[in-house]
Amino acid sequence: MADTNNPTPPKRPLVEVRDLNVNFVSREATVRAVNGVSFDVMPGEVLCIIGESGSGKSVTMRSLMQLHPKKRTRITGSMRVGDHDIMALSDKEMNAVRGRVISMVFQEPMTALDPVYTIGDQIAETVMRHEGVSKAAAMERALELMQMVKVPSPERRLKAYPHELSGGLRQRAMMAVALSCRPALLLADEPTTALDATVQIQVLIVLRKLQEQFGMGVIFVTHDLGVAAQIADKVAVMYAGRIIEYGSVKDVLLKPKHPYTLGLMASTVHGQNRDQDIDAIPGSPPDMRFLAPGCSFAPRCKLAQPECLASFPEPNDHGNGHMSRCFRTAATTPAMEMGIA
Amino acid sequence: MTAQPTERHLQPVPPGDNNDRGGKAQPLLIVQNLQKYFPIRGGVLNRKVAEVKAVDDVSFSVMKGETLGIVGESGCGKSTLARLLMHLMPRDKGTLVFDGDPVDEPHGITLRELRRNMQMVFQDSYSSLNPRLPVVDSIAYGPTVHGVATSEAKIKARGLLEKVGLRPDLFGGRYPHELSGGQKQRVNIARALALDPRMLILDEAVSALDKSVEAQVLNLLGYLKRHLNLTYIFISHDLHVVQYISDRVLVMYLGQVVEIGPVDRIYNAPKHPYTRALLQSALEIDPEHRIETPPLVGDPPNPINPPSGCRFRTRCPYAEAICERETPKLGKAAENPAEHVAACHITNPVAGHSMAGRTLQSLPVEASAPRALAAAL
Ligand SMILES: Nc1ncnc2c1ncn2[C@@H]1O[C@H](COP(=O)(O)OP(=O)(O)OP(=O)(O)O)[C@@H](O)[C@H]1O
Ligand SMILES: Nc1ncnc2c1ncn2[C@@H]1O[C@H](COP(=O)(O)OP(=O)(O)OP(=O)(O)O)[C@@H](O)[C@H]1O
Ligand code: SF4
Ligand SMILES: [Mg+2]
Ligand SMILES: [Mg+2]
Repeated sequence: MADTNNPTPPKRPLVEVRDLNVNFVSREATVRAVNGVSFDVMPGEVLCIIGESGSGKSVTMRSLMQLHPKKRTRITGSMRVGDHDIMALSDKEMNAVRGRVISMVFQEPMTALDPVYTIGDQIAETVMRHEGVSKAAAMERALELMQMVKVPSPERRLKAYPHELSGGLRQRAMMAVALSCRPALLLADEPTTALDATVQIQVLIVLRKLQEQFGMGVIFVTHDLGVAAQIADKVAVMYAGRIIEYGSVKDVLLKPKHPYTLGLMASTVHGQNRDQDIDAIPGSPPDMRFLAPGCSFAPRCKLAQPECLASFPEPNDHGNGHMSRCFRTAATTPAMEMGIA
Repeated sequence: MTAQPTERHLQPVPPGDNNDRGGKAQPLLIVQNLQKYFPIRGGVLNRKVAEVKAVDDVSFSVMKGETLGIVGESGCGKSTLARLLMHLMPRDKGTLVFDGDPVDEPHGITLRELRRNMQMVFQDSYSSLNPRLPVVDSIAYGPTVHGVATSEAKIKARGLLEKVGLRPDLFGGRYPHELSGGQKQRVNIARALALDPRMLILDEAVSALDKSVEAQVLNLLGYLKRHLNLTYIFISHDLHVVQYISDRVLVMYLGQVVEIGPVDRIYNAPKHPYTRALLQSALEIDPEHRIETPPLVGDPPNPINPPSGCRFRTRCPYAEAICERETPKLGKAAENPAEHVAACHITNPVAGHSMAGRTLQSLPVEASAPRALAAAL
């Protein structure tokens, strides 16, 4: 997306997140789910957040919609989406932003769709609420949206209830609801993880086309590197609540720098020699209640040195906006060539 | 903590397994014409109004020491098939032969013997362990039911924990909620191994795990197979994982086997249009090779009313009148494990399909797709 030789000044980012920290506090413990996350998303750009279970991907994204339980959540930092300072919005203001400026699709569409209304009524209702148009106009819009997300026989499917649709169709219907007010930013949390491969690729292609057509910014959470390769412009890799690598999709997936990203690539099965063990990362991710200082990946990292346990590494600049946070970055390049090639 | 067990814990089994009854060439498992229809009840009298043809006339065999991968879309009957093999539910029809002995028939082996020889590991590692038992007791439970003394069963359980890479002194006393997903799945594998089975059925056993942990468990499965003379049936929707772990692959569509054969032949030159589309849908980790047009349109049809003839015809780019009229068969060759066969009229020179006898690779990817699509809607 970003062309470094382009003389025109860069556009203002659609999303600006700075030093986001999210802690969940209970009597027993504090879960340090997100620890100083910063990133931008440009208009019309797809950012994929990848990382293992519990690394803070969903928590980061849900923060942008103020979806955390207020009482138990301690959240600091700043978040701007368009002209909205998310941290400063009242509940009422946030409600107005939801759906119109930012909308969200989840892994499980049944939680987002109301089982007692038809798909058509749900889309039309959202359109009417946000745009104040007539029911007839909203229904027309609903039909248009169902065609856009490539639901076959859209007229018939508008009259269907959510449980009458297959998983893939439901996912597309939820996308139609989410897109009904042409949001500037779409948040997608593993929206295709539960789908079959043949259906997943259909949904990803539709999503990519619509995103380009609308010039919409997208933050797409996934733990599937193949999905990121298919859809992302930029990739952020999270580990233990931090972004440990960030860059263009080609830089991150074809020239990874952080030992965790390298390990993740090597342990993802994709055509490895059948006669050899997979180069698995030993151990498992840390418990977010008891995070040690230093690099959280150090206990599992082949390259770790005593310095890695002392403090959290500052970003290394690899050019073209490609960033990693690792003390041993000089050591990763030869390691990478041995590990991946 | 969860390091791989080292090779010194176990020695490879000497060639010539003591348990081998039928001999090397005798398939460990033969499945013939297996069928399971689930009735759908409704109306005031709760009568059967329809049925789901979950497993419909399925036949195949599993050779000793091999891994047979099973793939197919959600709802195509993979788990039902696994449960039928384990006798966890009654079948409508079909025979099973385990190492030459018919199962649950007058001259064959009993269900109890079968269950000792064949164990299953499920995807859902949470619900399959008793939350109130320390894991070492969960592992020891099976052998005690089969008459092993408790103390002996516990010693065995500790040995199994060691084999799956969990230190018994650290992990044996823990409860399931004190373990990570990968650790729980290791315990499940240890439990499945407690009766010294010869075959493991792994139904999405690594699907819920993170990639880094999945890799550890896949390595563990490889290690156990080499050292315990195991045979695996490996069910997964991850086409990359199936390619890595399998010797042969069986592809299911709507309750039926549509293709079976050696893994490389299936992945390099699929014969069934569905298999090809399925494999083309697998995503590569390469942003320079994105898929621009979906290999397959639509969702799988409703299994309650599967299409006549070839069940894939509503999504198949090559569907012709014959595909609607006649059901393509895998044929006798499917019983030979070296064969690569598909249930598609194109593969049968005399079926009357206009492209009969041609390889899939020589056909255009999109033939009469619009017609097939219209039929699907
Ligand atoms: N409401 C909450 N209260 C307490 N802890 C929470 C809450 N929501 C999330 N967490 C914890 O915060 C951490 C990050 O969770 P998050 O859901 O962001 O992970 P994730 O990266 O999305 O993982 P997954 O791939 O499993 O969805 C986890 O340790 C999780 O248990
Ligand atoms: N106990 C049951 N009663 C009625 N229908 C059932 C039952 N179990 C399974 N089915 C149906 O049988 C078909 C096959 O289901 P099965 O669970 O075997 O599929 P699967 O291939 O394992 O799918 P997945 O990939 O989603 O696990 C489905 O249509 C399912 O809804
Ligand atoms: S060509 Fe006919 S038989 Fe072969 S897969 Fe297509 S519809 Fe089925
Ligand atoms: Mg999540
Ligand atoms: Mg299943």
